[in-house]
Amino acid sequence: MLNTYTWPEYPYIQSEEQKNGTPVRHPVVIIGAGLIGLTAALDCARKGIKTIILDDNNTVSVGSRAVCYAKRPLEVWDRLGVADKMVEKGISWNLGKVFFKEDLAYEFDLLAEEGHKMPAMINLQQYYCEQYLVDEVMRHTDMIDLRWKHRLISMTRHEDHTSLQVETPDGVFTMESDWLIACDGANSKVREMVHAEFTGQFFQDRFLIADVVMKADFPTERWFWFDPLFHKNQSALLHKQSDDVWRLDFQMGWDADPKEATKPENVIPLIKAMLGNDTEFDLEWVSIYQFACRRIDNFRYGRVLFAGDAAHQVSPFGARGANTGVQDIDNLAWKLKLVMAGAAPDSLLDSYNEERSFAADDNLLNSTRSTDFITPKNKGSRIFRDAVLELSKKYEFARPLVNSGRLSTPTPYVNSSLNTPDEEDFDGGILPGTNCIDAPITVAGEPGWLLNMLGEDFTLLVFGDAPGEREISCGPVSVRVLTVGDDIEDRDGLLAARYDGENGAVYLIRPDQHVAARWRKFDQDKIAAAMARATGQMETKTAAGE
Amino acid sequence: MALNLKKNIARPDDFYQELIDMQRDLSEEEAQLMNAKLILILSNHIGDAETLSEAMKLARD
Repeated sequence: MLNTYTWPEYPYIQSEEQKNGTPVRHPVVIIGAGLIGLTAALDCARKGIKTIILDDNNTVSVGSRAVCYAKRPLEVWDRLGVADKMVEKGISWNLGKVFFKEDLAYEFDLLAEEGHKMPAMINLQQYYCEQYLVDEVMRHTDMIDLRWKHRLISMTRHEDHTSLQVETPDGVFTMESDWLIACDGANSKVREMVHAEFTGQFFQDRFLIADVVMKADFPTERWFWFDPLFHKNQSALLHKQSDDVWRLDFQMGWDADPKEATKPENVIPLIKAMLGNDTEFDLEWVSIYQFACRRIDNFRYGRVLFAGDAAHQVSPFGARGANTGVQDIDNLAWKLKLVMAGAAPDSLLDSYNEERSFAADDNLLNSTRSTDFITPKNKGSRIFRDAVLELSKKYEFARPLVNSGRLSTPTPYVNSSLNTPDEEDFDGGILPGTNCIDAPITVAGEPGWLLNMLGEDFTLLVFGDAPGEREISCGPVSVRVLTVGDDIEDRDGLLAARYDGENGAVYLIRPDQHVAARWRKFDQDKIAAAMARATGQMETKTAAGE
Repeated sequence: MALNLKKNIARPDDFYQELIDMQRDLSEEEAQLMNAKLILILSNHIGDAETLSEAMKLARD
């Protein structure tokens, strides 16, 4: 049915270890070659960790699925060298319209802040994203072994490794892995195999998504309808993707029959009602889904680590699924590297659960709130919802209450045990536990971006008086010094403004570009203490007690 | 408590009549919608989260 995209078919290759019949122990095996699994492999490769990815299929995402990618995951992918292609192929949009019944309630302009390398968000079909990730993986075959048509059928957990039974077209064989990263999606088999709890709220509603190719021009805007005349008592969404493909989303209600609803003879009249009878289009792909907001009870089961939808499932409103999954990997890869290298205690990996379950809860909260607004659960909430929408037509105050999905933004790890709390006054800037904000810089006479300068290790970003060393050793881990005014120039003054750097500032930045600690001036002892904390080498204490 | 529960409406009977008259010719559905709008308008005017929370809790008790 798809006219604009041809799915690649990747070859199945029998592995040497299956041919030989002798189990081989691998450092890291990743289950699932979706967005998150591929990202995990690329991040591990950056960190010098060899991985094997097992995927039971042999192509990329069937259907466009995840469509909106926000700034933070794009920044992570930029660190991994794949964001440029996505941004180039993706669609940027600024104008959104909200309709209520027959009227335009209001429109908004995202007015993205200037001075960031990555846009606030792009729209792109998931299959393109995955394809670009696979392309990049194939450039690192020395580090990543991507095995298609490999299905994990069972596993046994041991204290220092996991034993995996894997099925391929050539039969079943056994592999062993020191570490396992489960990126096998919302219906994760690995999650079942470790008997993890996966609980939360299940929503009794169904949504139909359709991709259509428009034959005529249609504006690059996001249109959201509450209770439109063409689809009474439900919601609908229209959103642009790449290649003149449009994503349409119709709330169908719990009673909708998935088989009937997805038949072209039922879908096409619905689309015509939305777009008008004169708009010509081709139907590319139709799917119906229901959703839940839930998460795994622990992101870590010993040597098995869960990421992406395998660890948390959200409603599609606000595009939080893939976006937060990429940030799971961003958080995990550097910790895994330090633990595998013996440079940090095993307990550092517990902070992966601590920080990412905190983020997952934040995403679940936002996602549930959007869902409650879009699909009110009782008459009372429906009345309030309609009142907000009516008021939003005339009054500015009501517009922030309208919730058709909130743009996914990173969750700061405000209470993380890895943070060293502020002891000195900062006027804004980046709080410990928060991801670094990008800023335009000049490096070696050329324009560049701060985030591209942060690298794969800990960085000390120094405004003002710098230490003499280029690198500071803190036990087994070293910190690279990056000095503003020496290594990089603050091109437009935005760097100092965003980091409150005018009066001198020193930021200790983690490999995932999150601030671990900050001070007004360089102090080697404090940096060493903050490094010990950020790498899990110190018992959790409050800074005040030290 | 930030919420003012002392007398604050100068002419209570006038206010009450106005409130009732507003809904005299509305269906139940319309009246509910009007009430919801009124709550939202007044909530925005008050703004203070603590006051609003207290009011919501009192109304629910």
